[in-house]
Amino acid sequence: MSQKTKLGIKELSPIDVYRLLPKTNCKECGFNNCMAFAAKLVNREVSVENCKPLLKKEHVNAYKQLKDMLKPAVKEIIIGTGDKAVKIGGKFVMHRHELAYFNPTCIAIDITDEMTDEEIIDRIKRTENFQYEHIGQTLRLDMLAVRSTSNSPEKFKATVKKVNENTRLPLILCSLNPEVLRAGLEAIPGARPLLYAVTKDNWREIADLALTYNCPVTVFAPNDIKLLKSLVKTLLEYGVEDLVLDPGTMYGEGLADTLNNFTMIRRSACKYGDELLGFPLLGVPMTVWMESASLAKEIVIWREACLAAMLMVRYADVLILHNIDGWALLPNIILRQSIYTDPRKPVAVEPGLRVFGTPDENSPVLFTTNFALTYYTVASDIESAKINAYLLVIDTEGTAVDSGVAGRKLTAEKVAESLKASGVENKVKHRKLIIPGKASRLSGEIEELTGWQVLVGPRDSSEIPKFIQEKWQIQR
Amino acid sequence: MDKKEEPSIGLKLSPRLIELLAKLQEIELEDLEMDVGELEIWIQPGAATSFPNIKTALPAAAAKPVKIVESEFTPPVETYPGRVCEVKLGAMKNEGGTRGKTITIGGETAPPFYTFEKPTPNPPVISVDVFDMEVPLPKAVKMHVKDVTGDPAAWAKLAVEKFDADLVTIHLISVDPLQKNASPKEAVKTVEEVAQAVDVPLVVGGCGDPAKDTEVFEAVAETFAGERFLISSITRDMDVEKCAKFIKKHGHAVLAFTPMDLNLARELNRKLYEYLPREDIVMDLTTAALGYGLDYSFTNMERARLAALMGDLELAHPMSSGTTNAWAAREAWLKLSPEWEPRELRGPLWEVVTALTLLLAGVDLFMMMHPAAVKTIKDIIRQLMAGRGAGKSDKLAEWVLMKF
Ligand code: SF4
Repeated sequence: MSQKTKLGIKELSPIDVYRLLPKTNCKECGFNNCMAFAAKLVNREVSVENCKPLLKKEHVNAYKQLKDMLKPAVKEIIIGTGDKAVKIGGKFVMHRHELAYFNPTCIAIDITDEMTDEEIIDRIKRTENFQYEHIGQTLRLDMLAVRSTSNSPEKFKATVKKVNENTRLPLILCSLNPEVLRAGLEAIPGARPLLYAVTKDNWREIADLALTYNCPVTVFAPNDIKLLKSLVKTLLEYGVEDLVLDPGTMYGEGLADTLNNFTMIRRSACKYGDELLGFPLLGVPMTVWMESASLAKEIVIWREACLAAMLMVRYADVLILHNIDGWALLPNIILRQSIYTDPRKPVAVEPGLRVFGTPDENSPVLFTTNFALTYYTVASDIESAKINAYLLVIDTEGTAVDSGVAGRKLTAEKVAESLKASGVENKVKHRKLIIPGKASRLSGEIEELTGWQVLVGPRDSSEIPKFIQEKWQIQR
Repeated sequence: MDKKEEPSIGLKLSPRLIELLAKLQEIELEDLEMDVGELEIWIQPGAATSFPNIKTALPAAAAKPVKIVESEFTPPVETYPGRVCEVKLGAMKNEGGTRGKTITIGGETAPPFYTFEKPTPNPPVISVDVFDMEVPLPKAVKMHVKDVTGDPAAWAKLAVEKFDADLVTIHLISVDPLQKNASPKEAVKTVEEVAQAVDVPLVVGGCGDPAKDTEVFEAVAETFAGERFLISSITRDMDVEKCAKFIKKHGHAVLAFTPMDLNLARELNRKLYEYLPREDIVMDLTTAALGYGLDYSFTNMERARLAALMGDLELAHPMSSGTTNAWAAREAWLKLSPEWEPRELRGPLWEVVTALTLLLAGVDLFMMMHPAAVKTIKDIIRQLMAGRGAGKSDKLAEWVLMKF
């Protein structure tokens, strides 16, 4: 395997990419010309396949070259098929500010072949039904990891079959025993689950299974990156190309080793072009459940959540968890959403007056800041309560209300200016402004400068509907 | 934060949690839609042709290996031209103060916990928040401090003795002209009480009003000359020259606060350099809560730290995080539907995950609130400081067979 074969993310220029495009400026990709499309490609904002003409036979070489040129440092692996498929890996950079992270960490929940049918169905349902709405996205869990704790091929086969019949999620099949894995694969021959795992002892049998069933496979070499690399090299030479790496997830005294291993692997792939380590990383926070018999369940779940969070920050592409407890998973899935947000997106939204529903001259006037997260949170609270209102978005240079007040980005002067400029005074008869609870200390000054009466609203926008209900109606 | 507290849902898990934690030595989904056309195209290079696809004959590879093909691994160690400066907080008797210990933060010569490159010179530390008057607190926090709110000295004692705080932050919010408008003299008295009650280094926080904070900080700095408090914080809209001068004169250190913008952080530091040595400056680049901008904080801090290591002196300072801001996220305190409860656990975990994320971005000093969160972060810091080679992996494979 060659070292440093590819151009780093920073070195690739749109011109290099443009040269390989059809250069007809046909606009089929949705951009005005091939150069504009090339610029988007370099930023990984579109995929090569959006240029349909390029997929024609005559461009097959150019297509292949482009694919290679734009290939991520960490290979993108598909688990499952059809609408049951997920993509993992596909990372170009180590730090999100260098570009952006793609393919958010997949979270898999475990099921064993010794659980009762009811328990299995219950865990599937809880995993599938898990969802939380946050800033315009529905956050969910992604996969199921079926473990053979019985080590019995028949039992595993039956369980895998049952799980597969009852879920829309892709699977990870977990056993170090090739016979058990084979039985599992026989139950779902075309489903392309992720196999867990190749070790130094079973690699040949499992490699054969991966080839026969065309499955991605995890390479497990706990705390031994040299062995991990050797196994990867062996598998690649054997013809198995879709690999996932598990360098071992250790908690407690092994935590430092775990984070170091994940970091070294990702750095080798992204900064040193080490193709043997250029595969997605799999973490198993559920290892905290080993030797945890004497502990309260909440403690173990708590630790599992901590470990999952750290591994998500330190490059894990798949995580296998045991708990399906909302209080512990919620911070994890919101963290995932945060770090996989495209950092190239603006922090701020356009300031100005927003209209919600069909407000009239008696409708409430509120204000918030133009920090994107603040704005979207407030907007969604107003929208979901179906309130007719005017919302004045004040330019605080993209800071939230509390930090805006503290950092003098949100001042009474700014509020007065924006209020004036918005023309809302011609839209309503009243002169009452609802201000965020966290800006309450500005209320006196705002009243002085605007002549409007200030109503101090709730500190959290989830209370706006109630506030309007109780206070606004009474005011009128 | 939540002003109107819901009645307790009858769960008192948190105290138990602390107890249990204490006993231990350590203690988005993007749309997955994919159109089929795209899927096929992506799979093709990987040798698959169609689904379901079971290959009857294995590809005729040249010569398949029959035993493991050895490969070498060299840890990807880099060296960095830069070093984060060290800042010492607190002063003991022989140093002109009255503290029982001092704390040094910073000094890193590698990214956070890249112990395969360099050991972490000083462990990150935790300062527990204490307020000088009643403030709205989330229920999950209030249940642990309800006996001491309004009594900063008692609160500080609790923070040190029970929560194991490395430092204590006394927030002088009562001086706010728009609130109680307490005098600098009263503020000094509060600090005096806290300094008497505990002997850890102190962080002294203001109310956010630039003029009043300047007045209060000056009085505190003068009265406690030589104590080497961390004055929290100096912002760009204060009289930076004046503040820097009295901080220098009376031997304290400064927390330079800027909203999320590294250029502003550099600018403020440059101003401070005119009066203060680098070793007196800690930076606060703003902490947003998990789910409400933590990604910006994380990336800002990560960038600042990497820039520092690459030789950007203006960012080569220890970083502080107002991690308590995690509680500004409604998911940290709001009562949600039953599948997300109990919030007595969800809340402190929110603070923990916020802190862990920033710990891995390079934060040296956390300002925190919930005792279980403090305990967890301290334990994890201890584990990460232990360095490499301690992991036991021989039995790790058994997780696959683990039964419940
Ligand atoms: S579809 Fe392809 S050929 Fe057409 S304009 Fe876009 S990039 Fe150029």
